[in-house]
Amino acid sequence: MSRIVIDSSKCKACYLCIKECPKNLIRVSDKTNKLGDRVVEFSDPDGLCLGCALCATRCPDLAITEVYKG
Amino acid sequence: MVECLAGKKVLTKGNYAIANAAVIAGCDCYFGYPITPQSEIGEFMSGKMQELKKAYVSAESELAAINMALGACATGKKAMTSSSSCAVSLMQEALSYATSDELPIVLVSVMRCGPGLGNIFPSQGDYNQSTIGGGDGDYKVIVLSPSNVQEAVDLTYKAFYLAQKYRNPVILLADGLLGQMMEPVEFSEYPYPEIDNSSWALSGAKGRAARIIRSYSPTEDFQCEHIRHLFKKYRIIQENEVMFEELYTEDADIVVFSFGSLSRNVKATVKNLRAEGLKVGFFRPITLFPFPDKRISEIADRVDKFLTIEVNMGQMVRDIKLAVNGKIPVEFFGKPVGSWPSVEDIEVAIKGAMS
Amino acid sequence: METQVFKVPDSFKKDFKYTFCPGCDHGIAIRLVGEVMDELGIRENTIAATSIGCSVTIYDFLDMDSIEAPHGRALAVATGVKRANPDKFVFTYSGDGDFASIGIAESLHTALRGESISSICINNTTYGMTGGQLGPTTLMGQITTTSPTGRNVEYYGYPVKIAEHIALCDGTAFSARVSLDTIANIKKAKQAIKKAFEVQLQGLGFGFVEILSTCPTNWHMSPEQAHERVRNEMMPVFVPGVYKDVTNI
Repeated sequence: MSRIVIDSSKCKACYLCIKECPKNLIRVSDKTNKLGDRVVEFSDPDGLCLGCALCATRCPDLAITEVYKG
Repeated sequence: MVECLAGKKVLTKGNYAIANAAVIAGCDCYFGYPITPQSEIGEFMSGKMQELKKAYVSAESELAAINMALGACATGKKAMTSSSSCAVSLMQEALSYATSDELPIVLVSVMRCGPGLGNIFPSQGDYNQSTIGGGDGDYKVIVLSPSNVQEAVDLTYKAFYLAQKYRNPVILLADGLLGQMMEPVEFSEYPYPEIDNSSWALSGAKGRAARIIRSYSPTEDFQCEHIRHLFKKYRIIQENEVMFEELYTEDADIVVFSFGSLSRNVKATVKNLRAEGLKVGFFRPITLFPFPDKRISEIADRVDKFLTIEVNMGQMVRDIKLAVNGKIPVEFFGKPVGSWPSVEDIEVAIKGAMS
Repeated sequence: METQVFKVPDSFKKDFKYTFCPGCDHGIAIRLVGEVMDELGIRENTIAATSIGCSVTIYDFLDMDSIEAPHGRALAVATGVKRANPDKFVFTYSGDGDFASIGIAESLHTALRGESISSICINNTTYGMTGGQLGPTTLMGQITTTSPTGRNVEYYGYPVKIAEHIALCDGTAFSARVSLDTIANIKKAKQAIKKAFEVQLQGLGFGFVEILSTCPTNWHMSPEQAHERVRNEMMPVFVPGVYKDVTNI
């Protein structure tokens, strides 16, 4: 199963990754960063992630630190 | 031109002698831009550095030249640039950075006359530019002032040594007369030990933490500490590196001050007046920073008056007055620019000050 | 069995944290530099000359030796580093203000001398760190804090096309302009950075990449709108492409 790892301490809530995900597996969470912005989270209950790394390629903050294809 | 051989005695121009001494001192890199009256330094270095397979760049500007030296020094190499007056003005920014970065740039400054473009007439108008500087912030540059070609050679060696030893820029402050005149000069071997800079020089972060050489301060406290550290170093330099020449001060009524090549006329005049029986002393600071203020203060305790003679509007007067601290009067004789005052002119000035 | 297809480049410091504004493309550009350093295995042999502006912070993120040059003097400092150490990998990373305004003399002359140096220039059409003033690449009509009614010829003249100027220099081995507005363009940007680094390693001359980048804060746009602006307004003027490649003649 493919997956991504998000370091939410690095997420600045620009949400560019959300638009990139072809399977819409990244969403705004309830957790906030230091500025009070709600950071993103990865949710893939059905195992749809392709491991394409488009999200990580787009993320300007290297907050998506790992992507695995499986 | 001369051969870069230590142990050789030759008749040569000041500029060539300085360049030759730099090569003997182990200068790895020279970066420069032409300006009269120091262009022979770059001309000499262009050929010699290529012959030795060392670094030489005809820079696009003095700004670029000194920043190239900054980059080379950051890697622990001995780097030098040379220039004059209005073009040394362009280098003030990098000198400020180099003091904060603690990088050992050697700058040979061969004075012409300013302000602005001025001309190539002889002058000593860059005493303030060298000792005070025009860069931002609290900093000091070591300034060495030779009076003849042999001393220019010896102080070039010393400039490289002090720069490395204290990790601080050094200015060798010569003047157009010294740069252009020919004198016999003997080149010794480089007389100083090499300084190990492996603890700080950039060489690539292999097997150790990355090094950043920067003047940017992340916090107020960091910057305060950094400047205090620099000033602690300047105090050590002040305590250990002062150089001066002193003559007949023990029983003098008046002591006459002068620096650089002009001091030779002043010294000759003082000797003449001594032969006439006049109680005249002579004092020449060789290091303009660190300034010999302690010794000057001691002399002021037993002398009636100081006279300083310069070809500028009295730029060294302030440093002498600070050292004297009001104990005795400090008078000035000089002219803004032009040929050095003759022995006769100086004699009239000294006798006038004594009357 | 899973395979890792993306990671933080090894050339990054372990505890790094970007200090750029949300959505700023600097973070992507620096990541690409880090990935290329990993692939070429040059981190331990690198000395970077950084600049002044947002770009200077690269030394906080990449685990490499670096010297911070005075504003506009990155290429001169890099020249000094490289001439003194021809065996080291030397690169600069600056903004358009540093590279093409205050430092344009140093930049062009470094290219003309054909120094074995690689340079990355981030073009975001403004001075970001100081709060969005008009810079050398500000587009015609663009409103900035010092062009309140938009850039006009009468007061400001024209923006500079950096990659084209660098390509005209005989000492340039590679000059390209890339964009980070899409995933495909990010991949092209990485190829260009790699090429600009490789020409140095091959001793072919000066390698240069101009990266069209966003400044959402000073453009007063969302990160997404900012990429649209790159696409719709910047790319027609600053046309991406390879302007010189001596390995491809």
